Amino acid sequence: MPTHERPLSPHLQVYKLHRKIAPALSISHRITGMLMFCLGTLFVILWLGAAAYGPESFATAQALFASPLGYLVLFGWTVVLFYHMTNGIRHLVWDTGCQVSIAGVRRTGLTMLAAVVALTALVWIVGLAVAL
Amino acid sequence: MVEFSLPPKSRVKPGKTWPAPAGAKNVKTFRIYRYDPDTGGNPTLDTFHIDLDDCGPMVLDALIKIKNEIDPTLTFRRSCREGICGSCAMNIDTDNTLACLKPIEEVKGDVEIYPLPHMAVVKDLVPDLTHIYAQYEMIEPWMKTDTPTPTSGERLQSPEEREKLDGLWECVLCFCCSTSCPSYWWNADRYLGPAILLQAARWVFDSRDEATEERLDMLDDPFRMYRCHTIMNCTTTCPKGLNPGKAIADLKIAMFERTG
Repeated sequence: MPTHERPLSPHLQVYKLHRKIAPALSISHRITGMLMFCLGTLFVILWLGAAAYGPESFATAQALFASPLGYLVLFGWTVVLFYHMTNGIRHLVWDTGCQVSIAGVRRTGLTMLAAVVALTALVWIVGLAVAL
Repeated sequence: MVEFSLPPKSRVKPGKTWPAPAGAKNVKTFRIYRYDPDTGGNPTLDTFHIDLDDCGPMVLDALIKIKNEIDPTLTFRRSCREGICGSCAMNIDTDNTLACLKPIEEVKGDVEIYPLPHMAVVKDLVPDLTHIYAQYEMIEPWMKTDTPTPTSGERLQSPEEREKLDGLWECVLCFCCSTSCPSYWWNADRYLGPAILLQAARWVFDSRDEATEERLDMLDDPFRMYRCHTIMNCTTTCPKGLNPGKAIADLKIAMFERTG
């Protein structure tokens, strides 16, 4: 019998998840999932609520989104959206049993990150071309 | 339960520093987790200086040298010193691996050694494996058959059927994978973890075993198998180069295919 309560060995303190590609992309999937949902819901409620309140408040909301800070936040949100979406597809591929290997994790991870950059750029180029 | 920080009594405090050997030219610093159940108190990180010119090439060689020549109370499991027994699994330089297969020269800077992560520590580098062995017993890791043994005395397998067990039978149950898995850290009470699930796959995919349905029934649970989120720390860390992540993916597919 142990004479003292056994200590718990260090885990996050020693494993350095952020320095390894597999777990870093995995935890980012969860974080982006939460950000996407929380911020997205907040934006839609803000926008619809403002529209329901009247033209003036709607104009204020529109101005808020069109401000430099608004653009920055929306840009961040698109990155988050595409990250969660493309990484979700990566998980679907894994569920078929494909690319479940160390090389596969790296390959699909880098492909996914490239897709996030490309899709975000595409959306903003098209979006700004239409808006301006 | 997810708890990011260690309980106060588990936090690692600075420990003792042992002097460097006199006249040594090729000195490597080892920082090793120590916990003595007899004195209790917090675990500490002790510092040892090893003359690499007078030491074997692997981390296990350094640990044995420390135990033999510097501090005989240093406690760790080891047996075969060639990656077959799975005893010397520990966290070395931020990764779980077998000390006997980890060359010292692969570590840049000081060599930090901890017990397998998120386990109850018996002493120094020895974690309590009672729970994980109990989980191993749960998957009933033995051949289960209903049909009588063939008169020839053997249950035969085609080379193709035998090939399905490659990458599964080699597991030495060192538990590097399970203790690298954040999902196992937070849910070890209900999630079986990669090592045990790979063992489960070893019996599910064995053509001679006749309890496949029963085995899959046991795994068909939100926690036992489905806490695997394909983080892939298991496969990344396996010192035997196996792929527990793929074994679990194959189990999920087998589960899906039988329900349709």
